[in-house]
Amino acid sequence: MSVKMTRLLSFKIALIRSFLFFVCVEFVCCNNGRKVGDNVDTEFSGFSVPIEHSFEVDDVAKFRLRGSVVLKAGRESSISLSQNQLSEEDRSKLKEVAAVNGLYRIRVPRVFLQADRQTERQMEGYLTAFVRACAMVESHLSDVITLHTDVSGYLIGVSIVTLPGTCRGTEVEDEVDLEVFNTTLSVMAPVNAPGPETAFFLERMEQESEKKAKNPQEQKSFFAKYWYLILGGAIFLMATNSAQSPAGGGREQS
Amino acid sequence: MAKHIWLCLLFTILCSTVESVFEDQVGKFDWRQQYVGKVRFSHFDNHMQSSRKVLLATEKNVFAALNIRTGELLWRHVDNIGPEGNIDAFLQHGQDAVLVVGNGRLLRSWETNVGGMNWEVVLDSGSFQSACLVGQQDTVKYVAVLKKTAVSLHYLSNGHQKWIENLPESDTVDYQTVYSGGNGEVYALGVVPHSHITVVAYSVEDGEIIKQITVEAPWLNNIPANCAVIGKGMLTCVDSVTMSLYMYDLHVQSRMTQILLQSLGLEVSANFQPVLVATQPNPARTPLSEFLLQLGPDHYQLLQLNNGQIVTLRDIKPAMLVSFATAGEKTVAAVMSPKNKTACSLNLFSAETGRRLLDTTLIYNMDPNGGKPDKLYVQAFLKKDDSVGYRVLVQTEDHTLTFVQQPGRVMWTREEALSDVVTMEMVDLPLTGTQAELEGEFGKKADGLMSMVLKRLSSQLILLQAWVSHLWKLFYDARKPRSQVKNDVTIENLSRDEFNLQKMMVMVTASGKLFGIDSKTGSILWRYYLDNIPSNAAFKLMVQRTTAHFPHPPQCTLLIKDKDSGLATLHVFNPIFGKKSHLTPPALPQPILQSLVLPLMDQDYAKVLLLVDDQYKVSAFPSTKNVLQQLQEVATSIFFYLVDSSQGRLSGYRLRTDLSTELIWEVVIPPEVQRIVSVKGKRPNEHVHSQGRVMGDRSVLYKYLNPNLLALVTESTDLHQERSFIGVLLIDGVTGRIIHEAVQRKAKGPVHVVHSENWVVYEYWSTKSRRNEFSVIELYEGMELYNSTVFSSLDRPHAPQVLQQSYIFPSSISTMEATLTEKGITSRHLLIGLPSGGILSLPKMFLDPRRPEIVSEQSREENLIPYSPELLIRTEWFINYNQSVSRVRGIYTAPSGLESTCLVVAYGLDIYQTHVYPSKQFDVLKDDYDYMLISSVLFALFFATMISKRLAEVKLLNRAWR
Repeated sequence: MSVKMTRLLSFKIALIRSFLFFVCVEFVCCNNGRKVGDNVDTEFSGFSVPIEHSFEVDDVAKFRLRGSVVLKAGRESSISLSQNQLSEEDRSKLKEVAAVNGLYRIRVPRVFLQADRQTERQMEGYLTAFVRACAMVESHLSDVITLHTDVSGYLIGVSIVTLPGTCRGTEVEDEVDLEVFNTTLSVMAPVNAPGPETAFFLERMEQESEKKAKNPQEQKSFFAKYWYLILGGAIFLMATNSAQSPAGGGREQS
Repeated sequence: MAKHIWLCLLFTILCSTVESVFEDQVGKFDWRQQYVGKVRFSHFDNHMQSSRKVLLATEKNVFAALNIRTGELLWRHVDNIGPEGNIDAFLQHGQDAVLVVGNGRLLRSWETNVGGMNWEVVLDSGSFQSACLVGQQDTVKYVAVLKKTAVSLHYLSNGHQKWIENLPESDTVDYQTVYSGGNGEVYALGVVPHSHITVVAYSVEDGEIIKQITVEAPWLNNIPANCAVIGKGMLTCVDSVTMSLYMYDLHVQSRMTQILLQSLGLEVSANFQPVLVATQPNPARTPLSEFLLQLGPDHYQLLQLNNGQIVTLRDIKPAMLVSFATAGEKTVAAVMSPKNKTACSLNLFSAETGRRLLDTTLIYNMDPNGGKPDKLYVQAFLKKDDSVGYRVLVQTEDHTLTFVQQPGRVMWTREEALSDVVTMEMVDLPLTGTQAELEGEFGKKADGLMSMVLKRLSSQLILLQAWVSHLWKLFYDARKPRSQVKNDVTIENLSRDEFNLQKMMVMVTASGKLFGIDSKTGSILWRYYLDNIPSNAAFKLMVQRTTAHFPHPPQCTLLIKDKDSGLATLHVFNPIFGKKSHLTPPALPQPILQSLVLPLMDQDYAKVLLLVDDQYKVSAFPSTKNVLQQLQEVATSIFFYLVDSSQGRLSGYRLRTDLSTELIWEVVIPPEVQRIVSVKGKRPNEHVHSQGRVMGDRSVLYKYLNPNLLALVTESTDLHQERSFIGVLLIDGVTGRIIHEAVQRKAKGPVHVVHSENWVVYEYWSTKSRRNEFSVIELYEGMELYNSTVFSSLDRPHAPQVLQQSYIFPSSISTMEATLTEKGITSRHLLIGLPSGGILSLPKMFLDPRRPEIVSEQSREENLIPYSPELLIRTEWFINYNQSVSRVRGIYTAPSGLESTCLVVAYGLDIYQTHVYPSKQFDVLKDDYDYMLISSVLFALFFATMISKRLAEVKLLNRAWR
């Protein structure tokens, strides 16, 4: 039962290692000369949602682009994430922020997560979430981002957790560990809550009554089953009654 | 003989299934109080000398009769809530009480002796204006009802309509009053504002229009507020602009005559709208020619119409309230005037002459913790010597009814404010003096070994003394018959009982009156009226310091917030005595968005209250240096959330060390699709005893116990039955992470939610199947805990497993709450208030998403009930047996000192208090426990061992000799 529930994600979950994709042309400088955009779909008809992040020592949010979620429309709607690498400067800043127990924040704009309804309406504002910067550092940038939509496919919330989520204060020696994001992205639409399951119950009741019908031994009523016991008991009671009454009467007389 | 055995069998079967209260337990630990609400109309039943009741029609749509001697309810009829059951008019004649209900929808007649209904008729549609009794030749036979466009006449005996007539020119003329003087005519009085009055006279016999007159009256726009019919059909109006009386004879067609008030030597107070008060003792006769003119807030003038001339009879000043009353043929005016700061005096004046009647003074003492007198209802009667005696019913601003007899004896008071309880808390009673003495020893600073020993010895001595006196009292009481033993609870002898079953109920009512009620007996121990409460105020009651910190007094804080402006005030008080605290609460110039009680305490053990204003600035109360220092230390771990339901925005904030805040997460639910109807967190005083559930295969399924979890319920804006839905979101209040998101399709509100432990239960209306349904969500971490020592929202990366199941419930519900016990060991029940007045205690066991559809060995091992789609209402689950609680609005639960026992208060129109034992009384011996038997068995066994030991010794000795 429980396993069924957790699997009920209407969108496919795509797990993409960020070092496979680098599509953002503006941030080519961060890519250290690796090849860019090789496997971007040529018949790209979807759209992308930018994910921005901010981590500052003084905790005043300054959001910069972290990557973007690409949604592809079509028969099989799929979702993928492409992210930039952290620059040298960013890495040291993230460590600094972690040292002062600062926050690592992300935000996404409020949009429809369906390509064909993009133009319908565009809301102002962003949805934000946070995780402790130290957790981000100690998990070596491995995080799980979930985008939550409402019934109409509209983005209502974003959440981020790191794996593991602890902040033990362990030093991250290797700078390379903080270079690329290891992100698991998923989109969650609301689950349909179950109603009372009458059909199954009725079926079971029918089966039981059928079973009873097949087995006439059990169909007998209480009296039919135990008539001899009841009769025996009744005779016994009557016998004791009649035996007692003359005795009682005798005592009265004396 | 056989019969006996059968009866015995039957009895044992019955006994084993009964779970609710036994007959001899009725009223032992439960009580109910019934209320009627703020009085709108009241009449004394005067038609018989022996009758002793007062009839009340209230703003809570209740029609009731009270016993005059005791103030108890004789009978009560509770109509529908809202405008549908609104009582528009109340006319009384003899034994009949006629009510117009629901903006002129129904006309009802009640028999006042037993409260039975005589008849009810449905009136034609149209908004109600006025009603009056119509009589002819000294007998009252009809009721006239005036609506916007028609006037109708009904028989008083059976309600049948005699005639109905359309009003002429009803689109331009605003008909407002109907009047009859008992001469075979019914007058409908209408006005075209700032133009003229229209008077239409109908014949009582056939409804024919006898005459129709229009009179110029450019100064008039509201007849009931400015005019009255006086004497033999003289329509008299008062105009505040020209300061004059206008008179018009309804029988003689003429012009209005104007009489300047100045010419009568009268003067109206500045900015005061003068009011006319007339009286018509018998509806079959003309009104009296004497009437009152209110000239100022505390200034009245008794006037008389004499041959077309106005004569001044008496100047009544100062007068707070004035009311006419009639006894026999005599009509008097009762005048309430201030005597001193705490008392008022009442006097009777003869209406005919204006002379003060001798020996009619009555002193009414005002409650210093109450409001000012608001309304006065007078019951006048003729004494044996033909003089007039009277009693008065005074209603004050705080909705208290006081019935006073001459010369000032209060016969009874009723606190009708309790019919509208908004919020409540239960506070532990303080320890007794001796207990407190012992406790106090630990609180004080140590000063030397010797003095400490002495102090300990002295306190032990005091305890011993108290114990001896207690024993003596027990012994003494035991000799007396039970009925004589009185244990009156007063505020002086309040103390905690052994199991902390008796508590102080602090109730906040919508009128702004606070009450302290003893939970054991239901007697009101203190009351405190907060005047100048805005009419749309929202209240939040918080316990800042409990009674556990002797010698510091307990402290409660009430946050009163104006819903429109958001401006708030704080009232700090002692919940045991109701006294306002000497602490001055901070002035709050900014609108308040959120308030939260932190588990931090200041050096006086008062919990810190944080208030967030609309600039997102945080202020603390109390705000001593110590508190601010503590706050700075823990600021980074204080998170809070705000909900803006109009924009569908939930936002999380974190406190900074300088007490400013920063936005850290945001979730926005578009209000065009769904709107947030409720956000429920968990109760802070809730304990969960077991971390997990043992499964059939002996493994443990751990619960997801997130104390920061919020259950958010939304309803769709689209109300079409195919497309409407209910959304349930579980959000972590610290990180803003959406833990679970579900929609219940084809469902609509009102939704009732209970959120506790690792489960959320909600109830909704299924539009598809047209029935009420319950749904339960349970959250589990899985077979192993992520971090078993401490829960942190920031470090719990794995999403919990979510299980959900739904059930059919055969009734709609009014409110829902879960039981609460001290340690959380006892199984939980849901307490459900039903519209029928019953309170159902439904075991949570039945709402368990792990109930299997197919029974297996493992589920049987786990004691899971097989799934069945319907939840049945068993009659033995009603905890209030026949004590129905009308219009339950809330249920409050509090733990007691006994783990098995949970205290329950249900409030609405009535208040009901009881104890519930969700897992039976496993920690209490039964009342009928046989102490004699057990002690005699013990003694017998003891002696038997002694004797046998002796015998064994003798035997051994004998053997040794052999």
